[in-house]
Amino acid sequence: MSTVIEVDNLGKLYRLGEISTGTLSHDLKRWWAKTRGKEDPYAKIGSVNDRTKRAVDNEYVWAVRNMSFQIRQGDIVGVIGKNGAGKSTLLKILSRITAPSVGEVKIKGRVASLLEVGTGFHAEMTGRENIYMNGTVLGMRRHEIDRKFDEIVDFAGVAKYVDTPVKRYSSGMMVRLGFAVAAFLEPEILIVDEVLAVGDAEFQKKAIGKMQEVSRGDGRTVLFVSHSMPSIKTLCKSCIILGQGQLEYQGDTTTAVEKYLNLNVDSISEFPAILDRETLRRNLDGVKDGTSPFLTLRQVSILNGEGKPTSSFTSKESISIKFDFDIHFVAPDFRIVISVVDNDNNAILNSQLTDSAVHENTIRPGSYSAICHFPKDFFATNTYMLTLHLINVKKEHYVYNGVVKFKVQYENPKYVYAPFDLTYFRPQLEWELMKKSDDEK
Amino acid sequence: MKTMQQDEKWDTILRPRSGLFVFPWRDVLRYRDLLYMFVKRDVVIIYKQTVLGPVWFFIQPILTTVIYIVVFGGIAGISTDGVPKALFYSAGIVVWNYFSESLTLTSRTFTDNANLFGKVYFPRIIVPIAKVLSGLLKFFVQFLFFVVVMVVYLLKGTPIQMHYHIIYFPLLILLMAGLGLGIGIVFTSMTAKYRDLTFLIQFGVTLMMYATPVIYPLSSVPEKYKSYILLNPVTPIVEGFRYAFMGAGSWSWGGLAYTACFMVVVLFLGMVTFSKVEKTFIDNV
Repeated sequence: MSTVIEVDNLGKLYRLGEISTGTLSHDLKRWWAKTRGKEDPYAKIGSVNDRTKRAVDNEYVWAVRNMSFQIRQGDIVGVIGKNGAGKSTLLKILSRITAPSVGEVKIKGRVASLLEVGTGFHAEMTGRENIYMNGTVLGMRRHEIDRKFDEIVDFAGVAKYVDTPVKRYSSGMMVRLGFAVAAFLEPEILIVDEVLAVGDAEFQKKAIGKMQEVSRGDGRTVLFVSHSMPSIKTLCKSCIILGQGQLEYQGDTTTAVEKYLNLNVDSISEFPAILDRETLRRNLDGVKDGTSPFLTLRQVSILNGEGKPTSSFTSKESISIKFDFDIHFVAPDFRIVISVVDNDNNAILNSQLTDSAVHENTIRPGSYSAICHFPKDFFATNTYMLTLHLINVKKEHYVYNGVVKFKVQYENPKYVYAPFDLTYFRPQLEWELMKKSDDEK
Repeated sequence: MKTMQQDEKWDTILRPRSGLFVFPWRDVLRYRDLLYMFVKRDVVIIYKQTVLGPVWFFIQPILTTVIYIVVFGGIAGISTDGVPKALFYSAGIVVWNYFSESLTLTSRTFTDNANLFGKVYFPRIIVPIAKVLSGLLKFFVQFLFFVVVMVVYLLKGTPIQMHYHIIYFPLLILLMAGLGLGIGIVFTSMTAKYRDLTFLIQFGVTLMMYATPVIYPLSSVPEKYKSYILLNPVTPIVEGFRYAFMGAGSWSWGGLAYTACFMVVVLFLGMVTFSKVEKTFIDNV
């Protein structure tokens, strides 16, 4: 198969910090600086940002740097990487939304990019008009749309409302309509950016199926960006991993996903295993009804089975959260609560000090350590955030939202289908399998 | 592997902004249906978003004409070259409106479409071209209003001297469209960089009208100002339009040639700046 995309030493430079509003006065200042012989060293970059003399003081950042790779015809390539790894920038360059700062990209065939569902939709126009609008924006010809119109409407399931303005559509219908148009594009190269995340599960399945069909049927190339390892696994033959704007890996999906997840576990620098008093104080979210604090939280540490501080675990290790604190006054009803929270800070698991009930609820002044043990074979492969509550009931309530962070890699000696391990919990439950007779029924 | 690739033919090569300007003919041609859809959208939206719909197309020039008749014709007593006031002003207004709308709408290309431009690629130049074309439809509707006014006067027996220059009407339209587009895209490229220029355009266009023989005939301009008014590339168009349709004003091939040269230069300048800005505009949004 021939190469359809060749990326050669690609780079994109962005300026951080205060991006000026782009007023004439700023440019006049730069002009003034120039006339005094102070050249803007970044002027050559070609960024329209290079307008103030103060640009020198601003921080520039390479969103993509030294990136070279090739993609062959007919591949469905997953693009994975953490936030800020340069995925979006790469896609924007490949879809010609922005020009690279250095390097070049060579492309064979028409590219259609799907960075958003329903680009160009206008609320006042009917479904029919918007299909044409969206289709032509994505590079389709009108006669192509004529030919596929019924299929598109069918796929989106909006046949009854095709002559209704889309402002009357539900958001789900809009998404389906937008994706349906895109699904019937016939570009040689399709670039998709996490748009699947918006539809409902059933529609997602349909969409993924359609994408596979597209690539298998006519040797079309698909670039698919996602944070969802299950989707990547079902859809992509190979992957590229980006990290800090650079290409970290290109190869088959299984290796890539493993590498990516390990990559996540390895980057412990982000997650300190020991939180000191200062860090904790900065993350303190609420003290309710507190006059003078009854407690000082000195340190919180994340420990493995051997008592060593770390923030990276396998599921075969136990995890202990240790609190060191001083109590200044008698607290008649003292509680510590640990919540495992999701990205939206909703608790998905709670555990209390009083659950173990080995101590009285009343706590007296002194220096204490409290330890909570999570057993091994409990967590799945994921990044975990804990919110800590220290409570003097009805008086004071200290909340440290998502302050404890650690990563767990699920491990099982037997082969396990990786997508199933990307949940929150993967406890070892009792299973039974009983054979009732030798005959099939 | 390397040598093999060199033999291969690439369809698109993306590089950092290059100095050379090439108009993207191939792309524009490929996206011509998008151009059609943009024009259609502009028309459809006017129907759907306003209560009166396309009636606005008539209300606006009618009211403006009435006001001009009262203020400039009645109160200020400015000459209309012996042509009935309603006819004189409506001609000027219809022509000027097309030019000024083309200019202001195209000058907002980047600011109005930042969202769309951030999500999908198509040759950006399609947007201003679509604005000029949908403006043309509106122009024809308003031109109809002008024709109605003319017919009324003809029925009343007012002598109106038309000239064979009417056959050059399409040329006048082309010049107006080209000028509006050219100046508009120069400005949109600049406003993408300097937002504060938007204000300049707004009152600049209003001021420019007074430097154009819309509310007065060129013949009544004092000699010492005349050369300045003639520097305005819209002047020969407005004058020519009046001359062709009602014998007032003047027809100047020299003036029109000047306008044409001005249009070519400004279009070229516009295209060059536009193609530079379109490549990285989205990085600043």
